[in-house]
Amino acid sequence: MLELRGISKSYGDQKGVENVDLVAPDGSRTVIVGPSGSGKTTLLRLIAGFEAPDRGTISLGGRLLHGAGGSVPPHQRNIAYVAQEGALFPHMSVADNIGFAIPRQTVDRARRVDELLARVGLTAAFRDRRPHELSGGQQQRVALARALAQQPDLMLLDEPFSALDTGLREAMRTMVGDVLRDAGIASVLVTHDQAEALAFADHLVVMRDASVADAGPPQRLYERPADIDVARFLGEAIVLPATISGGRAQTALGDVRVRHDDAARANVLVRPEQVRVAPQSDGVGALGRILHRAYRGAQWRLEIECQECGLAEPFSIDVPASFELSPGDHVRLSIADEAYVLPR
Amino acid sequence: MAVSIDLTAAKAGSSSRMPHGTGHPLILGAAVLTGLLSLLPLGFVVYIAATSGWETIADLVLRPKVGAPVVNTLALLVLVLPLSAVLAVALAWLIERTDLPYARLWSWLVIAPLALPAFVHSYAWNAFMPRFHGLGAAVLVSILAYLPFLYLPVAAQLRRLDPALEETAQSMGKRPAVVFFRVVLPQLRLAIMGGSLLIGLHLLAEYGLFVLTRFDTFATVIVDQFQSVYNGPSANLLGGVLVLLCLALLGLETRLRGDERYARVGSGAARRRSRVPLGEWRWAALALPLAFALLSLAVPVLTLARWLWSGGAAIWRLEFIIPALGQTAMLALAGAVMTTLAAVPMAWLAVRAPGRVQRVLEACHSYVGALPGVIIALALVSITVRVALPLYQTLATLLFAYVLMFLPRALVGLRTSIAQAPVELERAAASLGRPPVAAIWQTTIRLAAPGAMASAALAALGITTELTATLMLAPNGTRTLAMRFWSYTSELDFASAAPYALLMIVLSIPLVILLHMQSDRVEQV
Repeated sequence: MLELRGISKSYGDQKGVENVDLVAPDGSRTVIVGPSGSGKTTLLRLIAGFEAPDRGTISLGGRLLHGAGGSVPPHQRNIAYVAQEGALFPHMSVADNIGFAIPRQTVDRARRVDELLARVGLTAAFRDRRPHELSGGQQQRVALARALAQQPDLMLLDEPFSALDTGLREAMRTMVGDVLRDAGIASVLVTHDQAEALAFADHLVVMRDASVADAGPPQRLYERPADIDVARFLGEAIVLPATISGGRAQTALGDVRVRHDDAARANVLVRPEQVRVAPQSDGVGALGRILHRAYRGAQWRLEIECQECGLAEPFSIDVPASFELSPGDHVRLSIADEAYVLPR
Repeated sequence: MAVSIDLTAAKAGSSSRMPHGTGHPLILGAAVLTGLLSLLPLGFVVYIAATSGWETIADLVLRPKVGAPVVNTLALLVLVLPLSAVLAVALAWLIERTDLPYARLWSWLVIAPLALPAFVHSYAWNAFMPRFHGLGAAVLVSILAYLPFLYLPVAAQLRRLDPALEETAQSMGKRPAVVFFRVVLPQLRLAIMGGSLLIGLHLLAEYGLFVLTRFDTFATVIVDQFQSVYNGPSANLLGGVLVLLCLALLGLETRLRGDERYARVGSGAARRRSRVPLGEWRWAALALPLAFALLSLAVPVLTLARWLWSGGAAIWRLEFIIPALGQTAMLALAGAVMTTLAAVPMAWLAVRAPGRVQRVLEACHSYVGALPGVIIALALVSITVRVALPLYQTLATLLFAYVLMFLPRALVGLRTSIAQAPVELERAAASLGRPPVAAIWQTTIRLAAPGAMASAALAALGITTELTATLMLAPNGTRTLAMRFWSYTSELDFASAAPYALLMIVLSIPLVILLHMQSDRVEQV
């Protein structure tokens, strides 16, 4: 288990991270997500040991990596690090790159290299290639194989997919997730892409302004975030003022169930996919107006404004392609399932 | 002798050239003409070798008197190159990658010796320690004078290396020392070889430095032969051997370099790197750059100051100094302008219309930079004497020699700045009705002007301190700063030489500033 306690690090008067606590369970896939400059990469570099925190302790599996007694240097941590673009050694072949961490006298060194290549979906034909002869995706695969070769206690991935094309990115993400699960290696991945974060994580940490804004299972963070900003960062959010009583919230989009028993006035969070859109002729629900629609094959993406519901900004929502309404038309809006009462 | 320092050498394959045809016939014609003229010195050497016959060659080349300087020259190469490489890597690492105190200041001081012409370095050492000469002195002074040629590319490459490589290697369980030798050092190989080649070519070509340290090398023997028997077959044949040595060095470097590609893989910005804390060694580590600065700067500056002080006002004989300054300025200016203009067609072709013919032409332009000034001078003397006597010992011949020697310097700078001017502007100008050459002149060449100025400045600075070819080719009555300096030094009148040394140093300071700026910019390229 990776444990960070009260970690702070600043560069001059610029805060890198401030008072961060973080726990990544064994075998888990932790994702640190946040906008650029939020301190997520700094955190990763502190875990790897490339930089030392000003305050706080870091431990891995009960072993203190950084604390009052000093710092374990990166080469003694057995924490693998996969950099943004793979950072393959340009003067070595693929096989030499992968074998870098395998001692030379190891008996079945060559076989292990081939095995690792196969594990990341590359054939033995790649052994003698040079990094510059590989595509971006292949470079990332080799970088992953190289990191696996050292049999690390933890693998750090610094935006490993951001340099890849959209299609490739998803395939790589799945592949990396599977390989790490099969190997039973805990990982910490840093990204600024919330969709990637939600897809990869089983433990999600949202960073903002050098500290942790929220952390937990991705579903919990998406449905019941710590505050409005986390809600907005993880996906499109509709925030409605509501009057709450008896486990129900009254909003301009109608009544909706909430897990909140006290009577109160609060903001509730509704995700667009919870909003039901019906033709005006249906006669129930708040009245909204379609501003714009874009065809996406299976669906239409509608942009809807609802000023009478108290929404300052229009929101986007996907409806089936069979939905026959055009910009300018009015629609009836209502909320399905359950809304979430945002903490004050 | 002036090979240019190409700090971007390791960025193979990253230039976005757009091939289209062979360019305009006028421009191609101009480049072909320059390329053919560049071949004159090599042609001359081949001609001499071919017409002399084996017996003469064996007679004049294979004799004991020639053996000693050959051994000397090789010893020089074998000692100076490895020592310089180790020293340059150590200095560059300390200055670029550690928390060495005053790193910024050292990065200036380490390249500052370039402001002193090599023969001024040895003049200073000669005056400082009159009994210090021979191989030891030659090696020491060579290292002091030429180390910046290795330091600059190595430091630039160190700065350009992606820190993620070292971090990844570290995370894979390698100790810092192992990371340095297995990841960092291999990637400095191209920079080390490029810098070593440059120093090696200078060692082969240098005359003044080794005369003053009383160490006979191939070049000094050739010049001596030339001065005793003008246009004798002996000097010419030895010149041929010297060319072979230069070509061997070039070939060795090309072979060792192979087609390795050590560029950064992938795109995107490398992150800022943190410096290695030296801890308790922080102040002890100062000893290395301090020792280098003391030997390479303090010794010459103090010696010079002493001569200037003891000479007083008497050595400032303005009736000699002012004409020398004027002549030097005139030669440098005219030479630089001609060199830059001669490089324009090739530079434009190399960027806008690359192809096989253009690559061959470019090689013709570039190789002359590797030839010692003494060879170019020998060739031009022989050719003018035999074919065009009226041109013998004229200003035109001297300027032509300068053009050949400094052509590669101008070409490298021009090529880079032309590559930065978008080709669309040329097309826009053409579609607005400009004829092709005018369109190129009014768009690309205009935009490349600042780069061209920098190239011209580099050439001018080289000409200012050029000694060997100037001594051999200058018309009667020519007395440049370097020539005056040299004649006083030869008479052991060190005091009278001092003002000329000072002027050459002052005129060379812009060279140091230009190179430092270029090396600073490498990070952003």
